[in-house]
Amino acid sequence: MPTVPSNGNEAAERLASMADVTASDGALRRFLHGLPGVDTVGLEARAAMLGTRSIKTTAKAYAIDLAISMIDLTTLEGADTPGKVRALCAKGVNPDPTDRTTPKVAAICVYPDMAATAAEALKGSGVNVASVATAFPAGRAALPVKLADTRDAVAAGADEIDMVIDRGAFLSGHYLSVFEEIKAVKEACRREDGSAARLKVIFETGELSTYDNIRRASWLGMLAGADFIKTSTGKVAVNATPANTLLMLEAVRDFRATTGVQVGVKPAGGIRTTKDALKFLVLVNETVGEEWLTNTWFRFGASSLLNDLLMQRQKLSTGRYSGPDYVTVD
Amino acid sequence: MAFEYAPAPESRAVVDIAPSYGLFIDGEFRDASDGKVFKTLSPSSEEVLSEVAQGSAEDVDAAVKAARKAFEKWSALPGAERAKYLFRIARIIQERSRELAVLETLDNGKPIRETRDADLPLVAAHFFYYAGWADKLDHAGYGPNPKALGVAGQVIPWNFPLLMLAWKIAPALATGNTVVLKPAETTPLSALFFADICRQAGLPKGVVNIVTGDGTTGAALVEHPGVDKVAFTGSTAVGKAIARSVAGTDKKLTLELGGKGANIVFDDAPIDQAVEGIVNGIFFNQGQVCCAGSRLLVQESIQDELLDALKRRLSTLRLGDPLDKNTDIGAINSAEQLARIKALADSGEAEGAERWAPACELPSAGYWFAPTLFTNVTQAHRIAREEIFGPVLSVLTFRTPAEAVAKANNSQYGLSAGIWTEKGSRILSVANSLRAGVVWANTFNKFDPTSPFGGYKESGFGREGGRHGLEAYLDV
Repeated sequence: MPTVPSNGNEAAERLASMADVTASDGALRRFLHGLPGVDTVGLEARAAMLGTRSIKTTAKAYAIDLAISMIDLTTLEGADTPGKVRALCAKGVNPDPTDRTTPKVAAICVYPDMAATAAEALKGSGVNVASVATAFPAGRAALPVKLADTRDAVAAGADEIDMVIDRGAFLSGHYLSVFEEIKAVKEACRREDGSAARLKVIFETGELSTYDNIRRASWLGMLAGADFIKTSTGKVAVNATPANTLLMLEAVRDFRATTGVQVGVKPAGGIRTTKDALKFLVLVNETVGEEWLTNTWFRFGASSLLNDLLMQRQKLSTGRYSGPDYVTVD
Repeated sequence: MAFEYAPAPESRAVVDIAPSYGLFIDGEFRDASDGKVFKTLSPSSEEVLSEVAQGSAEDVDAAVKAARKAFEKWSALPGAERAKYLFRIARIIQERSRELAVLETLDNGKPIRETRDADLPLVAAHFFYYAGWADKLDHAGYGPNPKALGVAGQVIPWNFPLLMLAWKIAPALATGNTVVLKPAETTPLSALFFADICRQAGLPKGVVNIVTGDGTTGAALVEHPGVDKVAFTGSTAVGKAIARSVAGTDKKLTLELGGKGANIVFDDAPIDQAVEGIVNGIFFNQGQVCCAGSRLLVQESIQDELLDALKRRLSTLRLGDPLDKNTDIGAINSAEQLARIKALADSGEAEGAERWAPACELPSAGYWFAPTLFTNVTQAHRIAREEIFGPVLSVLTFRTPAEAVAKANNSQYGLSAGIWTEKGSRILSVANSLRAGVVWANTFNKFDPTSPFGGYKESGFGREGGRHGLEAYLDV
């Protein structure tokens, strides 16, 4: 089966062919509960083993640049201002002012009311605007409010929408309502010209709590048309971990094997060091391989990670250890 | 550009291998009585690492006498005093673990990732564990003040040289015995480094003696009349010969022999973790593990799905320089073992099983065998019955739990088995029906010093590890 990207018309057709499993709450539940279980100890052991890979010299240089290019550089604070967002946008376009060969980040991730500011600042730069939506981070709002939130962000120039699922509905077993909500948000991502913002679906894995739930949520999100599945908001105690990201990588791999549709993965929250980022790239490399090793299909949701990557990059190119005064504070 | 890992070799500089080693008898290194030596190679490159003394019957006799002399004082020490030495040895092993890991990888051919993350931590853990028992033997369940046996003659294999040494020496010393240990001919070095650790720990002379050599040295040790206890880990054929040679003597015997472990995957298994468990079960240490899960019994209804996932996973295994920190599959230990693996794999093909191996370039020097699996294997094939002791997996199918149990038990061996299912009740019922010394549920090849290990049937008798492991070294 040829692979198609998640956001094309072919993908919609492939998903339509899976319509029988999403036809009713009962059918969807039977399907999700029929997925293979996850053994906690085994999953964590595998993630830990891959964490021992030793990435040195040329491989490290390659991985650092790749990681920079995969960052959704994020500011999601109540205190965000246009000035702060513009500073972050400038940083995303030119991460290291002393070395213009440094790759750009993938996107700047902001709240919806800052999407217009970011779009203006990033115009023509090749860096995308990602906006959270759907009453991020809790997602506790009525559906029309969530959809309006999404449409606003898209209209303001967001290239990508990071939505949160209704964890309450998921945990109470109302899978179809979660499914329908994601579908509706996907619809709200459409622009008037027929194009659409790419939709990242955040599960808040720390609240779903079990690995079985994370696998079910992954399939649920992908069946509903997610372009990316994303671990966390960064607003709860447990965010991206190697194990939950490994599990979601297995899910996108299996989903592509079943439907032919390729979906991206975005771990977010808690990835702060180059060492961490390299471990995640090893997970990608050895679980789904090269086809996911681009910022079209893998992202890091992070804020402080970039500066650590830049310091490591400087260390590799100059041979000397860098320091926090040699990267910009934004 | 793809994400290719640059070479990340562990430094050899941490280990200093002398050009030659003698026998460690009565606290001193000495040459063999007849001056004979043999070479030990690095199986990944065929480089000669060192020359080692070939112990003669005379040397064995000297070692047994030294151990006998030391026994009186050692066994009379309060348990807490013996424990001090064992704790000290355990700590020195931890401190020198990087050095020992590199040494073991050089001499054995297994990847540094395994020696660093599995062998060495387990070696230290074994000494710590049995150190804790030394002053608590009254509470081991054998009545008050159980007595040591005397001199233990121990013969160990080449697949986990230092770990098998720990399994043998730690309980023997904790219970008050003294030992003469013969490491395998192809992997003598870590035992000789252990001799140095004994000196560093101030262990009294003669308590531990290391006599290197080949099978004749081992036979001389086992047959020596001054030995009170024989402990052997190795092949079933040699185990049978040892059993014959000690028959009619009052030597106490434990044997830990071959296996043909069944790894049973039910249709409700956690598939991704089962795949990892299968890989770990048969490709850990290049499959040169007596408890390897060398027979995969998969429920027919998920055979295709599981084999697709398994083949995809095998394609990501990294075979190469064992000292590279990213290597998953190292070298086969010896030319002899490689020839045996090749012959059995060829018999699989000749008998009609279907052979598959991932595309994988083998280094030109050294002894290498690509991770291999056979499908369409039946119970009648040699590769389903004989221990290959290499990275070769035989895949068989079953339809019902009863059939799985029947096929798993249909073996001359009974050392290990694995069960993969999300259903707890099935784990319990199948485990109860399996005739295997170790049954793992939703995992494989997990070891812990607190857990007894040993076999049924031709896999041997006696248990090592845990409280049960004390019995083999006590006069009870």
